[in-house]
Amino acid sequence: MPIEVIFFIEVLVGGLLAGVMYALVALGFVLIYKASGVFNFAQGAMVFFAALTFVSLLEMQWNFWLALLVTLAVMVVLGLATERVVLRPLINQPPITLFMATIGLTFVLEGLSQLVWGSQPHGLELGIPDLPIEWLSQKWNINISQFDIFAAALAGLLVAVLAVFFQKTRIGRALRAVADDHQAALAVGIPLQHIWAIVWGVAGFVALVAGLVWGVRNGVQFALTFVALKALPVLLIGGFESIPGAIIGGLIIGATEKLAEVYFGPMVGGGIESWFAYVVALLFLLVRPEGLFGEKHIDRV
Amino acid sequence: MLYREAGQFKSTYAQDQQIFPIRQDRIAVTLLLVFAFAVVPVIGDQYWLGALITPFLIFALAALGLNILTGYAGQLSLGTAAFMAVGAFMAYNVMLRLPWLGVIPSFIIGGLCAALVGVVFGLPSLRIKGFYLAVATLACQFFVLWALQRFGWFTNYSASGVITAQQIVILGVPFDTPERKYLFTLAVVAVMALAAKNLMRSETGRAFMAVRDMDVAASVIGIPMMKTKLLAFAISSFYCGVAGALHAFCYLGTVEPEAYTLDLSFRILFMIIIGGVGSILGSFLGAAFITLFPIFLNVASGWASHTLGVEISHAAVSNLELIIFGGLIIFFLIVEPNGLARLWQITKEKLRLWPFPH
Repeated sequence: MPIEVIFFIEVLVGGLLAGVMYALVALGFVLIYKASGVFNFAQGAMVFFAALTFVSLLEMQWNFWLALLVTLAVMVVLGLATERVVLRPLINQPPITLFMATIGLTFVLEGLSQLVWGSQPHGLELGIPDLPIEWLSQKWNINISQFDIFAAALAGLLVAVLAVFFQKTRIGRALRAVADDHQAALAVGIPLQHIWAIVWGVAGFVALVAGLVWGVRNGVQFALTFVALKALPVLLIGGFESIPGAIIGGLIIGATEKLAEVYFGPMVGGGIESWFAYVVALLFLLVRPEGLFGEKHIDRV
Repeated sequence: MLYREAGQFKSTYAQDQQIFPIRQDRIAVTLLLVFAFAVVPVIGDQYWLGALITPFLIFALAALGLNILTGYAGQLSLGTAAFMAVGAFMAYNVMLRLPWLGVIPSFIIGGLCAALVGVVFGLPSLRIKGFYLAVATLACQFFVLWALQRFGWFTNYSASGVITAQQIVILGVPFDTPERKYLFTLAVVAVMALAAKNLMRSETGRAFMAVRDMDVAASVIGIPMMKTKLLAFAISSFYCGVAGALHAFCYLGTVEPEAYTLDLSFRILFMIIIGGVGSILGSFLGAAFITLFPIFLNVASGWASHTLGVEISHAAVSNLELIIFGGLIIFFLIVEPNGLARLWQITKEKLRLWPFPH
């Protein structure tokens, strides 16, 4: 194969895999938005908090699985506490108020995690080397990291599990009912607060997974909170309410972003990755204002 | 007893529609303005004027701009800092390249450039709303900062990307001391706040509020959606642009694009949440709170370590500050979602009835 084609494939696959990692973060947003209509800006801070807690426990010579379990417990407790302290008093407030409350929550989490665990960056190892797959690079000279494949598989698994959870289980059906209409769900006897607590717990779990994957890639440091900003265009494209949309959106954003960075970036002087994804998302929105898989809302006067 | 409108009869429409219908309000506002213009520059020292009151006024103006867009027209925006950056850098460039224009026209051109950027990034608001729009305005935030850092023209090809704002000279009078900068800022802010107050009681302002309350209903009763939404973006960004120019010229002096990050956008958003969404007074109250709060916290932590003998490290203080700040925002939203302005309104209503509340 000519070198240009190989290079193109490498960039494309790298972009797609990076997109899956964005999708991991976007999933957390979708979960909470779907079930409670809250746009949870604190998702990025939750990712950071989860990763930092896990790494700090590991560095205290804890067993890997024990640390994982404890971190998971901490995230679930955090979710429950958020529901109790922040969301319950704000019930029936307009969505913008809830959104701003989650910005406040972001600050609390950022401060808290650094206050407890310190602010120095940590490295993280999960036992999967961030090296190119050998047979691919030998046969076709294409370099694709093993770790990216692992992250993609993990994300795929997570999406499959969540999709089954939402479609097939009793709790999942209750979650969808709540997402459709709070009042109607309450009327048929679905306990709203339990549902929210569950969703925030699950979102905490997703944040932990995202935090681990991103922590291996970029190190566990404060910049991890900005990962959320990368996930927002993914949401715009996929739609706020769709779990598969998060993956599809992630793939689109990841691929276009990497391709643009390599082929279009040098023309305007580089550094375009900070805004290019947003522009792509905006163009999508002009055609489909609710994203690819988002729910259409019909306004009535 | 003092705050009572009994005996103040209104016999014309003009009287009924004045900005401050109650005489006590008029007197209070006049006194406040006289105090701000005549007394504050005399009693305030360099630190108070330069590091507290001037930035408070500037941020109040930016919050006012955001409030026009978010509070009155209902379009949530996270790009405030970008509009400020456009205003600051364009005002600098106009003064640099067209020095004969003078300060005030340069500021206006800076504001107009910000308005233009606002209209361009407001275009998606015709198609999308709510959180989709809020995220879309982030595109503006990132794109503008990137452009300012990328293209040397904006920073006059300075190697570090830092610009030094020119001195403000009006009719041969240099505004170089903190007192004079304060007076200049105060004059601009007072005029623009008055303009905003008037705008919001005009047809345009009412159209904004109709769009905020329900845009489909507004378009059904004949409010042109495109004109109203884009106008809201234009006016709001103009205010933010002028605030940005003041921020560069009267407060910071030397500015780099990094001064206008997403963090600043959020700070201004907090100002209007804490102050009151959809209230001019709220913009000022919120700005005062957010500007003064970190200083108060610093003093408090210094006092705590002094009296308790506990040494609190600098990092711990800044983290605690974050936590308290975030906690306060949540607290405010829970206790009074309509902000400080609403508290003030309640106080006024109570005062009117006092001492016989029945």
